[in-house]
Amino acid sequence: MALLGCAHADVLPDDRADMMFHRYDGGGIIVQGPSVLVQKKFGDHVAFTYNYYVDHITGHVDTYAGASTDAVSGASTYHEERTQNSLSVELLHDKTTYSAGFINSAEPDFHSKTAFGSVSESMFGDLTTVSFGFTRGWDRVGERGSTLNAAADRRNFSVGLSQVLTRDSLLSFNFETSESEGFLNNPYRLVRYVDPTATRGYSTQQEQYPHTRTGNAGSVEGKYFLPWHAALDASYRLYNDTWGILAHTGELAYTQPLFRSWTLDGHVRLYQQRHATFYSDLFPYADSQNFMARDRELAAFHSTTIGGGATWEFHPTRLSWIQKGTVNARLDRMKIKYSDYRDLSVMGVTPGTEPEYVLDASVFQFFISFWF
Amino acid sequence: MTQRPRMTGRRIRDVACCLLAAAALAALGACSPIEPWVKPYEREHLADPIMSLNPNPVSSTYLDHVFDTREGARGATGGVGGGCGCN
Repeated sequence: MALLGCAHADVLPDDRADMMFHRYDGGGIIVQGPSVLVQKKFGDHVAFTYNYYVDHITGHVDTYAGASTDAVSGASTYHEERTQNSLSVELLHDKTTYSAGFINSAEPDFHSKTAFGSVSESMFGDLTTVSFGFTRGWDRVGERGSTLNAAADRRNFSVGLSQVLTRDSLLSFNFETSESEGFLNNPYRLVRYVDPTATRGYSTQQEQYPHTRTGNAGSVEGKYFLPWHAALDASYRLYNDTWGILAHTGELAYTQPLFRSWTLDGHVRLYQQRHATFYSDLFPYADSQNFMARDRELAAFHSTTIGGGATWEFHPTRLSWIQKGTVNARLDRMKIKYSDYRDLSVMGVTPGTEPEYVLDASVFQFFISFWF
Repeated sequence: MTQRPRMTGRRIRDVACCLLAAAALAALGACSPIEPWVKPYEREHLADPIMSLNPNPVSSTYLDHVFDTREGARGATGGVGGGCGCN
């Protein structure tokens, strides 16, 4: 399921259970809920992983910029829930691990089914692990208050390589190509175009996306064990796709155990992307292009995320079947500065001269983990 | 309603890719043994939990989802699909 987690392909994951509460708060949207992850081995060769995940979403409907927009202007509140269940199995045979699984995600206007499989093999004295993965997805896109029921298909191919370099360092490469086909729009998002007859100086119309998208992502990650018992992690990812998006992601993380039972970690993540070729904050007139988008995920922007976490490890003496447990808390602060996505909550100005939108968000996680 | 696309040609390509991947894996596994330059008894640091590339899957999967729904780029992080929760 996770190529990065397959640094040692000839070992199945430990028996563990994680119970998490997560909360995202930013731009007028709050997304929170539980997540439960259970990994259990049966014998030495079979392991199952089950994940139950819920998003309770509270947001705003903006009549000018579409639903769930961060640029809220006289919006009305809505509530929605997404529930995701996933089950996967891993089979270990000699130095090879075979994985397969299924994910089902359901929300009132979006249903997604995903099947995935991968094979990874440990070789060269267990210093090298090579992985191949394939993912196939089927989405059904709906819209509140309409009969829209459109299909979108996804498929991803991935290749991974984990390499032990020295007794203190390891390196991991991942490459993934993704294809999507079908209805790829967000049905609630609108584009705006100059309209001198309108009160605000612009009018809106539905977005029009291409029906295909192919993307390629390549990443490299290195981890180094520092002499004072700490770890440094650095990674970089390059992404581009047929919609014209080119993105760079860089991240630096540091982990420091303290005393006997505490571990502190912190990370900085920088992200930058170019806008899609058919994206514009303000089109010159209605139907001015075949494809038109004003989805902020397709805009040009750069973001900075700074976060940290603390882990406390304990060993319960009364519950002998639990080997150890951890209590974890994490907080991330995300700031996205858009280069061509303007804040429509600012009124009374000429269209196209509104200030660029800035998103500030907090991401909080609290989870308890048990190994048994 | 959008008609479900036909992808017969792509299915053939999918199968071909899987076969190629399996053949490459088999070929790599058949290589002659290479003397490990980091001996098993020298891997104490690598086995330390702080050296895990993904120590808390429940947390990393969630954070990847947060980024995926707000950025145009995705992939090569080890996670797989699912819904969006971002309409």
